[in-house]
Amino acid sequence: MAERGTARVKRGLAEMLKGGVIMDVTTAEEAGIAEEAGACAVMALERVPADIRRDGGVARMADPNKVSEIMAAVTIPVMAKARIGHVAEAQILQSLGVDFIDESEVLTPADESFHIDKWNFTVPFVCGATNLGEALRRIGEGAAMIRSKGEAGTGNVVEAVRHLRSITDEIRRLSVLPAEQLMTQAKSLGAPFDLVKEVAETGRLPVVLFCAGGVSTPADASLVLQLGAEGVFVGSGIFKSEDPARMARAVVEATTYYNDPDVLAKVSRGLGEPMRGVDLRDIPADKLLAPRGW
Amino acid sequence: MVAPKTGVLALQGDFAEHLSVLESLGYRSQMVRSCLDLDVVDALIIPGGESTTMLKLIDRYEMRDALVKRVQSGMPVFGTCAGAIVLADRVSDGERTLGVWELQVERNAYGRQAESFEADIPVDGLDEPVRGIFIRAPIITDAGRSTVMATWAGQAVLVRKENLLAATFHPELAGEHRIHRWFVENLCSRGE
Repeated sequence: MAERGTARVKRGLAEMLKGGVIMDVTTAEEAGIAEEAGACAVMALERVPADIRRDGGVARMADPNKVSEIMAAVTIPVMAKARIGHVAEAQILQSLGVDFIDESEVLTPADESFHIDKWNFTVPFVCGATNLGEALRRIGEGAAMIRSKGEAGTGNVVEAVRHLRSITDEIRRLSVLPAEQLMTQAKSLGAPFDLVKEVAETGRLPVVLFCAGGVSTPADASLVLQLGAEGVFVGSGIFKSEDPARMARAVVEATTYYNDPDVLAKVSRGLGEPMRGVDLRDIPADKLLAPRGW
Repeated sequence: MVAPKTGVLALQGDFAEHLSVLESLGYRSQMVRSCLDLDVVDALIIPGGESTTMLKLIDRYEMRDALVKRVQSGMPVFGTCAGAIVLADRVSDGERTLGVWELQVERNAYGRQAESFEADIPVDGLDEPVRGIFIRAPIITDAGRSTVMATWAGQAVLVRKENLLAATFHPELAGEHRIHRWFVENLCSRGE
């Protein structure tokens, strides 16, 4: 008998995306450029995070027409974002047939206390995390993939690095702790004990870990892969750059050859202006996206 | 005789899972990201992932000719899911594959991710079924003169021909080692 929507089937799609680049796209044309460049999946959006940040207001799930248009344009998997805690948006996206839902802090949260119960869905979810406790809470709720949050729409990789390092350092720390300390760790991380125990035993998350939020050049992609990410999400970085097709292709190659500086040097040449980017210190605390969710 | 070294094409996808299966079976293995890497392996696994991404990187890093030449000269190759598509010579959407195996394949043939599934798959020559994980899997619509080793719902899901083996599912995701063992013991010991 065929079983659909099992944890293994959901996590399995994330496994297939590893070593790849997931690109934010807002039109069928952009989706085509991303696929042609070698993206392993696209994220269908109304606006890229840099524009969401600029425009302000409430950011919601994309119009189903937009999502369907992008699904029709490419053969690679298509993801779409639902607001944190917005079960109905997630149900709509599942009904559209998207391959993955991102319960994302980039959109305005719909619920400040609770995330979506992701076990209730056949479609897999990816969720953001700034540290190991947050990652394990999301996995406990059914997330099939984790991405470090970074600070989306800034073109600045510093927060992505901070969150990724936080997650990988805490995993390393757990893996050397004696068994009797794990319950106390679970308490201080605010994470399910069984998942803490599993991470301590295996030395890795039980799901794939990507990096997101501020990756905007081939060198950024290489950096975060060297720090332990298994792939990257690139949002505004591609289509806010001077030559998106070329930038997209360069980031894909930098992700595969992240530990080959000769290739990185080659693909980084003459890419034109990357996205402008902002210094995190210039963003008021209430405009930061990463603290959304818990 | 020195034990064969099995490469895993590591351009994109779940290559690390294949490497860990090979490692746990005690076989020699290595990642393959260039023609130089390809030169030092005796066999190759093409993993699951996105076939469009893999094929674009194969072309950009000029591995196509070397891969085709090695396969034609008898190098054993095992392709899983996207790997099976990369080997096939006819793909539904006209993607330019390596085309080294007379196989007709339809990409994402069961549908999108919502239709991805797992099921017990009886395999010729194995006592217990294999847990098959099918992720946006292709269907082999014409296996030509290949030998079908397993089917699901009437479709071939594990096929072989001479030095080549292909699965439309992912044994590497299910803690399944028997198919990798079969590949190394039966196809890789034939020599090129």
